[in-house]
Amino acid sequence: MAQGVIAITEQRDGKLRKVSYEVVSEGRRIADGLSAALTAVVVGSGIDSLAAEIKKFGPDKIVALDDPALADYRTDAYTNSLADVVKSLDPAVIITGASVQGKDLAARLAARLNVGLVMDCTGIALQNGVLTYSRPMFGGKIMADVQVNGSPQIVAVRPNVMSINPSPRESSVEKRAPQMGEVKTVVAEKMMDASSKIELTEADVIVSGGRGTGGNFKAIEELAAALGGAVGASRSAVDEGWRKHSDQVGQTGKVVSPALYIACGISGAIQHLAGMSSSKAIVAINKDPEAPIFSKADYGVVGDIFQILPAVTEAVKKMKA
Amino acid sequence: MDIVVLVKQVPDTESLVQIAADGVSIKKDDIKWIMNPYDELAVEEALRIKEAKGGTVAVLSVGPQKAQETIRTALAMGADKGVHVNDPKAEGSDSLAVARILAAALKTIPFNLIIAGQRGVDEDNYQVGAAVAEFLGIPHVSLVVKAEILDGKMRCHCVIEGGTVVVEAPLPALFTTQRGLNDPRYASLPGIMKAKKKPLDVKTLVDLGIDPATVGAARRQVVVKVLRMPPQRKAVRMIAGETPEAVAAELVRVLHNEAKLI
Repeated sequence: MAQGVIAITEQRDGKLRKVSYEVVSEGRRIADGLSAALTAVVVGSGIDSLAAEIKKFGPDKIVALDDPALADYRTDAYTNSLADVVKSLDPAVIITGASVQGKDLAARLAARLNVGLVMDCTGIALQNGVLTYSRPMFGGKIMADVQVNGSPQIVAVRPNVMSINPSPRESSVEKRAPQMGEVKTVVAEKMMDASSKIELTEADVIVSGGRGTGGNFKAIEELAAALGGAVGASRSAVDEGWRKHSDQVGQTGKVVSPALYIACGISGAIQHLAGMSSSKAIVAINKDPEAPIFSKADYGVVGDIFQILPAVTEAVKKMKA
Repeated sequence: MDIVVLVKQVPDTESLVQIAADGVSIKKDDIKWIMNPYDELAVEEALRIKEAKGGTVAVLSVGPQKAQETIRTALAMGADKGVHVNDPKAEGSDSLAVARILAAALKTIPFNLIIAGQRGVDEDNYQVGAAVAEFLGIPHVSLVVKAEILDGKMRCHCVIEGGTVVVEAPLPALFTTQRGLNDPRYASLPGIMKAKKKPLDVKTLVDLGIDPATVGAARRQVVVKVLRMPPQRKAVRMIAGETPEAVAAELVRVLHNEAKLI
């Protein structure tokens, strides 16, 4: 009978991504609840140090798929290799991150295995051996509690939501030759942003701008820099060409869950609110006291962002000094 | 180049979504329905490839009678023909079952390339494109912002966290769309008139060789137990002051000392 939990970790350029710690920590919690073993899988090229690092989060066992052909994520190479691991371990639950890579892998793997997948999960509850998953739908306008029939069940958890719990353990490490099968895709180029920009979906703090910026994001960028956060934008700011599509927060952009979301000159269209309403705290700064954003915010400031933001940036710098 | 675009009708993103009396579905009556915004990008991209390389563009959708509006919209934008899998027994299917139905339909339509939205902005499952490709045994690439169709292969620029990768895959293949790929055209009035005369095949599950007992709400692997509205926030706390500096100092004090967020 299927049992045990597999946590699929994620690395980029030989470094584990933060969501990997979240996935293994949450996998540990579920495995303990099911009185089952947790196996963490690391996939990449030259990844011995990653296995050592993942031990800190308490898997019983680590499976390492180490091959130059697995250096960069490719759907087919990764799906084939992981489907082979899943077949031999016969787990009850597979947990991975709902990152760009994790979403793609989970979708293809679920179809390969013909099993249910809970995408972009934000909460997992265990009662009487049954897992209930919460996930936002309609960009967060509605929350659904779902259960999965059949086994294994796959869950992809939203980055930045699950807590990271170190619980070191002397995990055994099994190096396994990946069964890659036929691989048709090629990563021809990889172009990483030069700046050490923080990814929106992983940021603890996001400072976002909307139409009220008039296209001037300087004050927003300065506040984000002072807070060590990322810059986001509303759809109208992106449609105006002021910011890149990859900065867009909302139902048709990125759905984010930072600890602190500061909305500047954003009125609060429904589709924007959908993308940021799961932030732990929301600050709205807008000159229109009637703006709908204030009804979704924890803290509000009515005022001109071009006066307020530089003052906030100065106050943050003073506080941190 | 024969291209098939997968389209879905979804609630307008500007609409309020409310939970129906059964507690597991949404109220469908007062909603404005639109083509999934990521599918608009897919239709536009297919038309641009066709304009550059020749060929045909077919649109395929699974959905109730109303979903025909979305197929007609794609035809009005310039697609050549539509295929509508309209079968009450398909209703309530989960993503994998929908993908299986689409894959069965795709076996009846010639294609070199399939383009799909990255996700439906309704259930946000991000699943159908990849699953269709899996069931057809062809490669797929997700979240494409630039697609080049070369001799026998596609070259896709995809956004990842903090950068872009270029992935190549041999045709036939499928890719899913990301914002930035293009700006979808509006259907023109002549386009809308022409669309009324374009072929639109309607198929049932049995037509596609699918046993209706294997799909639909009763066969969901992912079962919705309950829908909830997201937790409400407490009333907003307004922060005011005589000067921007005073407001800023108070805001930073609250966020740092009280909320411990910064």
